[in-house]
Amino acid sequence: MRFERREHRPLFLVVLTPLLAVAAALALSGLLIAAAGAPVFEAYWRILVGAFGSRLSATETLTRATPLMLTGLAAAVAFRARVWNIGGEGQFYLGAIAVAAVGSRLLAEAPGYLSIPLLLFTGAIAGMLLLILPLWLRLRFSVDEVVTSLLLNFVAVLFVSMLIDGPLKDPLAFGWPQSQSVSDAAMLPKLVARSRLHWGFGIALVLAVVIHIVQSRTVFGLKSRAAGLSPEGAVFAGVPLARTLLLVACLSGGLAGLAGAVEVLGVKGYVTTDLSPGFGYSGIVVAMLAGLHPLGVVLAALFTATMFVGADGMSRALKIPTYIADVTVALSLITMLVAVFFAQYRIRR
Amino acid sequence: MSIVLDIVASIGLWAAVLRIATPLIFGTLGALLCERAGVLNLGIEGIMTFGAMIGWLAVYQGADLWTGLLVAALSGAVFGLLHAALTVTLGLSQHVSGLGVTLFASSLSYYLFRLLVPLSGSPPTIEPFAPLSVPGLADLPFIGPVLSAQTPPTYLALLLALGLAYAIFRTPLGLAIRMTGENPHAAEAQGVDPMAVRYGAVIVGSALMAVGGAFLTLSAFNSFFPTMVQGRGWISIALVVFASWRPGRALFGALLFAFFDAFQLRLQTVVDGVPYQLFLMTPYILSIVALCVMARHARVPQALMQPYRRGER
Amino acid sequence: MTETVLEIDRVSKSFGGNKANDAISLTLGRGEIVALLGENGAGKTTLMSILFGHYVPDEGHIRVAGVDLPPGRPRAAIHAGIGMVHQHFSLAPNLTVLENVMTGTEKLWSWRSQTGRARAKLKALAERFGLVVDPDARLGDLSVGEQQRVEILKALYNDARILILDEPTAVLTNLEAETLFATLKEMARQGLSLIFISHKLDEVMAAADRVVVLRGGKLVAERRAGETSKAELAELMVGHRVARPVREAHERGAPVLEAAAVSVRVDGVDRLREISFRLHAGEILGIIGVSGNGQAALAGLLSGTLLRSSGDILLYGEGVGDLSVAETVASGIGRIPEDRTREGAIGEMAVWENAVLERIDEPRFSRRGLVNRSAAVAFADAIVRSFDVRGGGPLTRTRLLSGGNMQKLILGRNLAEHPRILIAAQPARGLDEGAVAAVHARILDARKAGTAVLLISEDLDEVIALADRIQAIVGGRLSPPVSADEVDARALGLMMAGAWKKEAA
Repeated sequence: MRFERREHRPLFLVVLTPLLAVAAALALSGLLIAAAGAPVFEAYWRILVGAFGSRLSATETLTRATPLMLTGLAAAVAFRARVWNIGGEGQFYLGAIAVAAVGSRLLAEAPGYLSIPLLLFTGAIAGMLLLILPLWLRLRFSVDEVVTSLLLNFVAVLFVSMLIDGPLKDPLAFGWPQSQSVSDAAMLPKLVARSRLHWGFGIALVLAVVIHIVQSRTVFGLKSRAAGLSPEGAVFAGVPLARTLLLVACLSGGLAGLAGAVEVLGVKGYVTTDLSPGFGYSGIVVAMLAGLHPLGVVLAALFTATMFVGADGMSRALKIPTYIADVTVALSLITMLVAVFFAQYRIRR
Repeated sequence: MSIVLDIVASIGLWAAVLRIATPLIFGTLGALLCERAGVLNLGIEGIMTFGAMIGWLAVYQGADLWTGLLVAALSGAVFGLLHAALTVTLGLSQHVSGLGVTLFASSLSYYLFRLLVPLSGSPPTIEPFAPLSVPGLADLPFIGPVLSAQTPPTYLALLLALGLAYAIFRTPLGLAIRMTGENPHAAEAQGVDPMAVRYGAVIVGSALMAVGGAFLTLSAFNSFFPTMVQGRGWISIALVVFASWRPGRALFGALLFAFFDAFQLRLQTVVDGVPYQLFLMTPYILSIVALCVMARHARVPQALMQPYRRGER
Repeated sequence: MTETVLEIDRVSKSFGGNKANDAISLTLGRGEIVALLGENGAGKTTLMSILFGHYVPDEGHIRVAGVDLPPGRPRAAIHAGIGMVHQHFSLAPNLTVLENVMTGTEKLWSWRSQTGRARAKLKALAERFGLVVDPDARLGDLSVGEQQRVEILKALYNDARILILDEPTAVLTNLEAETLFATLKEMARQGLSLIFISHKLDEVMAAADRVVVLRGGKLVAERRAGETSKAELAELMVGHRVARPVREAHERGAPVLEAAAVSVRVDGVDRLREISFRLHAGEILGIIGVSGNGQAALAGLLSGTLLRSSGDILLYGEGVGDLSVAETVASGIGRIPEDRTREGAIGEMAVWENAVLERIDEPRFSRRGLVNRSAAVAFADAIVRSFDVRGGGPLTRTRLLSGGNMQKLILGRNLAEHPRILIAAQPARGLDEGAVAAVHARILDARKAGTAVLLISEDLDEVIALADRIQAIVGGRLSPPVSADEVDARALGLMMAGAWKKEAA
């Protein structure tokens, strides 16, 4: 059996690919649900209802999708330029803790119109810094950034744990390791009253559009794509490789850091070590499901958030562990890889 | 200074070194085998997690400890088969596919664990491997007590390192594996099937990874909990580079690494005023440093991460 | 007549509509050396790939010692005693010589490699044929010539009786080539049969017993080496081809690009050593040489991707520092890279993107960081029209273009801007005759319009047809220029062998 590259990729195939991948992942997870003795279709129905059945659940799903959109965008911009940023989780936490530190001290008294933008910026910078290190190591020592950015996730989380157990510890938290809170003025306004949905969702949406424009319309977008697709070709055409990749790393790390900042300023106001249920890692899946397209990231993040939020309710009703959502999301990454492959190749005997 | 000397001279430290090193040895050797054949297996973290869960679960359900290890190995082989199908047959990105396997294997292990073991106040436990004292070895001064504190899987890991070194450097199969990782086209021209070699290496390597994970639940601890692998898989990947893809050096690297880890654990208990998180960070930072130091010197298998397709050059 | 060990019987093979091999028949005797002579694209490599089982022939048979060889099975070929020495070696640089040779020769599932026995066998072979090489050396540490010895030993180790060598001297120095031919003769003397593929007349005359000439997929002549001459072979090889455009006499202009004692070091290796040349407006200066003698460094230096380590470059009469790619392009230098799919174009990007990428920072294509897409697409569209790029428009993915059309695109994005200087590295490599003629015509047009062209090529015919003056590049050094009207292929061959250095010494 051999594979042959398809000459043309029809548009319907491009659109159909992620849908088929998700369907396949749902089917495979369905086997696991069935194996647990629960009715599969009812389980999925309950997931859907749990995610969108009420005003509260719908806003909750969108709230959950917000950091996923940002970490998804972070992975998508990096992967497009072949910068393998797997450190989104660490960048998320570093962004979050930077916001908590600055927001609870330096900007504690500042009015919202000043502190919110400054804090968002702070979070982005913190995330950037954490990705610049692995990229620099790649350019300087040719060390694979996959492993270094992964390892830095653990360092970052421990660093956060150290701070919220020490200098940033909230004395009023009954001994729980929890950071001090940012001032109320610095919290992102709610998008929908009496819900947790905040303006971070709007920010993420706008950024998806902005990044789409950057990638499709700007010189930087063109150059970073060239650098990712063919380093030799890019160098011959005069694209400064190191600088372009560094900018990509700043953008990617910044987005992941921003995700942490938005989560703190939009939802919690403080940082704990369970602030993220794996937003950084799920961001990778989101990006792949989206075919690395920034606008696709929005939809992929919605799907992922639906699974996570919906699984809670379904779990309680049917006694299926909520981890089924993680399984489905992970499976959809694998099925997406396979689907993309068959969209690009055909089998030849 | 005397504190440091006391720690280094204690039997307890060296016993801990071997114990901490064991999962790393299995993981590193497994990853090394895959990479020697040209496949980076980032599924390792998830495969170790799954191995830890399924091995424990088997014993919890009544199987004996060795059966538990075997079940873990088989589960690793299955995930290896998945990774091989994605990266060898389809030739997909080894990075992304490996991450996919890790996410899938770890979430699946949490799911199955939660499904089959009802939530309770304290996590259920099993009776783990007991230390094994080998007559003759146990009587050696210093080394004897250190070894006698170890369980059978640790002995297995040490033997495995030697066995794998022999297999890779002294047998025709080992040469075929190395050639496949260096130049699959040359291997094919000499009558070796690179696809088959890669499948075999990834499957066996993944089985070893899973055994490394199972050591955690069947020997080091006696229960399973999520995130217990704690990046040991990623550290193993770094150790393979540190070891320049040589099993002997992988053993040394894992022991060196475990030494630092055991040392910092003991140092934590005697040094005041330093946040424990700083100590916990050291393994990860050490791994990154090791990568940077060795990356330039290491002889990477030339075809690592390059999919092989017949007739395509 | 000696016994026949190999018989190729009316073998044909087509790719698409192109007949790469057209009913070729050929026999090889025991202890005989046959040279397969032909230009690029004559069908030599296809024939040898069929012989070794990489391709299945459409028609015809191959018989080894009278027995039919099953088609398309390399292992059967190895088993029948055919060994192949590829131009691009099939070796692993990180393994030792012995390991490279031993791979796959033992039963896979045995407890121990018989290294002692293998070492003895290798040593015996090495001594027998004078192929001395340290069995425990890491392959990557060996010179190219030594690596080739390993490749030959590998075939011999598999008990090859028939050895096929594909362009064996393409990567060798002269001295290494001489040693190689001495070895080949020794092998033939001991009863092995050899076929070597070449397009170099000198070595064919020197080493072969018999010469078989291929042209356009057909066997056009067969001569005993003692009964022919280089002149006859050259004519047979070139034949009366599709007329390529001819260079017209033309007055050259002032010097536009001069190099004086320029050296380039890449990763600690001297790739160019104190080269000097002077390129005039309206002329084509050909740089000929065996592949790997510094052509890539020369092209990189003048394209803005490599920095010089010493020496001076004068551009339009004035000294210049190191130019970046953007500065190079902006100063009116067009660039055609040696490898169009790796450097020249990015396959996954659209034609328009490849057309403007090197000029994207120019105000007409982008403003304040935003790409002026319509201007870029219009630019690409103009190239597609005026340079006759077929197979797609500006929005097509570039990978879908054929090699010739991709090259027209690359040529077009340079020539559309009427460059004052054009650096063309192997501009017609791997193209079919029609595309070659088109590319040549464009280059000649540019010359007529006053562009100074530096043509780096391994194809003698191309250089003779296009260049006004010619310099040879050998070991990173450039020969003094000669006028194209005063030299013949023989003199150029001598230049490529570095003969001028002996004269100078």
